[in-house]
Amino acid sequence: MVYPAFELVRASLGRYSITGLHQGWVGLRNYGRLLEQEALPTVVANTVSWVVMVVAVTIVLSLGLAQLLNESFPGRRLVRWALIVPWAASLIMTAKLFVWLYDYYFGLVNRALAAAGLLARPVDWLGDDATVMGAMIAVGVFVSLPFTTYVLLAGLQTIPGEVYEAARVDGASGWRAYRSITLPLLKPALLVAAVLNLIYVFNSFPIVWTLNDRNPGFAHDTMITYMYKIAFKSALRDLGVAAALGVVNVTVILLAVIVYLRVARWREEPA
Amino acid sequence: MAGRAGLIRRAVLASAGLLLAAALLAPYAAMLLTALKPEAELRITPPRLLPVTWRPQNFWTVLRDPEFQSWLRVSLVVAVVSTALVVVAAVPAAYHTARHRFPGRGAFLFLVLVSQMFAPTALVVGLYREFFELGLINTYAALILVNAAFNLAFAIWILRAFFASIPREIEEAAEVDGCGRAGALLRVILPVALPGIVTATIFAFIAAWNEYIVALTLMTDAGMRPLTVGITSYVTAYVQHWDLLFAASVVAIVPVVVLFALIEPYLVGGLTAGSVK
Repeated sequence: MVYPAFELVRASLGRYSITGLHQGWVGLRNYGRLLEQEALPTVVANTVSWVVMVVAVTIVLSLGLAQLLNESFPGRRLVRWALIVPWAASLIMTAKLFVWLYDYYFGLVNRALAAAGLLARPVDWLGDDATVMGAMIAVGVFVSLPFTTYVLLAGLQTIPGEVYEAARVDGASGWRAYRSITLPLLKPALLVAAVLNLIYVFNSFPIVWTLNDRNPGFAHDTMITYMYKIAFKSALRDLGVAAALGVVNVTVILLAVIVYLRVARWREEPA
Repeated sequence: MAGRAGLIRRAVLASAGLLLAAALLAPYAAMLLTALKPEAELRITPPRLLPVTWRPQNFWTVLRDPEFQSWLRVSLVVAVVSTALVVVAAVPAAYHTARHRFPGRGAFLFLVLVSQMFAPTALVVGLYREFFELGLINTYAALILVNAAFNLAFAIWILRAFFASIPREIEEAAEVDGCGRAGALLRVILPVALPGIVTATIFAFIAAWNEYIVALTLMTDAGMRPLTVGITSYVTAYVQHWDLLFAASVVAIVPVVVLFALIEPYLVGGLTAGSVK
């Protein structure tokens, strides 16, 4: 675990031929060249909107789902099993599936929206600059829901029922009880879910990689897919610059981890 | 009247649940139905959800495809061996940290927790350099090592929680009864910790089975690709076998969903390790 991190930093300081041979040290020049990349501002902006939107929408939806699953009703087990499927399925296979569902001519998304009267004419979801990010975010939310819902559900189950009874005696019920009791008590679980999702979504590769596959350039890449393209796919094909971006990415995740540890108040438990 | 209100409430909740389940499963239902279509039916407009002619033979085509068999073999080898490594390393490590204090224990657990948050994605360029220098590109060893390393953290965390929840007295009682140290471990502790071991095993297996980016980077040789990378060659700029792609995906997804359902009750505790006591 530590060694690839070391190799990453080392690579960010070196110069490489396109076949991957180390050709000497360049100091911080790779970082300078990274900053010169025209696509960089777009990519950073994409990353921010990708992470913020996916995490925010996921958490709002998961709050509702967790609340539902916290109740007992016939068929709850079925819903829990259904929730597992997007979590357990390989992300790359789910991503490929959505490429097909979003297809301009043959995709069921256009067909379903048209049938529901929501769409006058078909949309090229993954080919149109205006819709591709939204389409990717939707899939990102879809695959992030199960884990988030489970974390929030675990949080809900720690809230004792007596608290609600006391509230009812005091005359608070429904929305008021939810706002002043459930949400504050759920705060630790919410923070954990938010920060872990932040890390997972930032790190996410297969969805953006697959859904954005046929668009040229870097207009819809995140910092992770951009790094990969610089390293292995683009005309630039420069491991040194890619490694420099990799170091930046790792730093971002490290910061998120530090936040997580503060939020989770991690400490060594007594044995 | 309260009974009637309760009945209505349950009915509303049940329909909401049913809708939710349908929404979550709909894309995968479309996957299955597409996998059951003859190729000619993929390109009709407007698209249909159900096949006109059902074609389950697509599954045979995939299962008999030598390339698919090769991807499946690579996936199985990598997932099985890396999972075995994880379990062999994690059980003693988790037991030791749960039962003993030793210098650096805090640092060790901290490192484990941090490494759990690092998907190999951010490090992939470093990983590529590492295995390039070692000459291990396109080898089982490379992919097995990476998967084992990155799944170890989760396994240690979840197992540690299980070991720590077993009262020390049980162990001591077994020793007093003449089991001996090793006997107490084998006959008392391991059976009690079995759900934890099963959870860690299944989780490590699924994570390795689904891993994509490291395999995409390190396994450039067509004969060494696992399922996740291999199946994408059913649909490229030149060939568009969506029916076969999805038949292969269904074959890959169904077993892991079943396994995942088995360990569902234990997952959240393990994944949010360190925060929920």
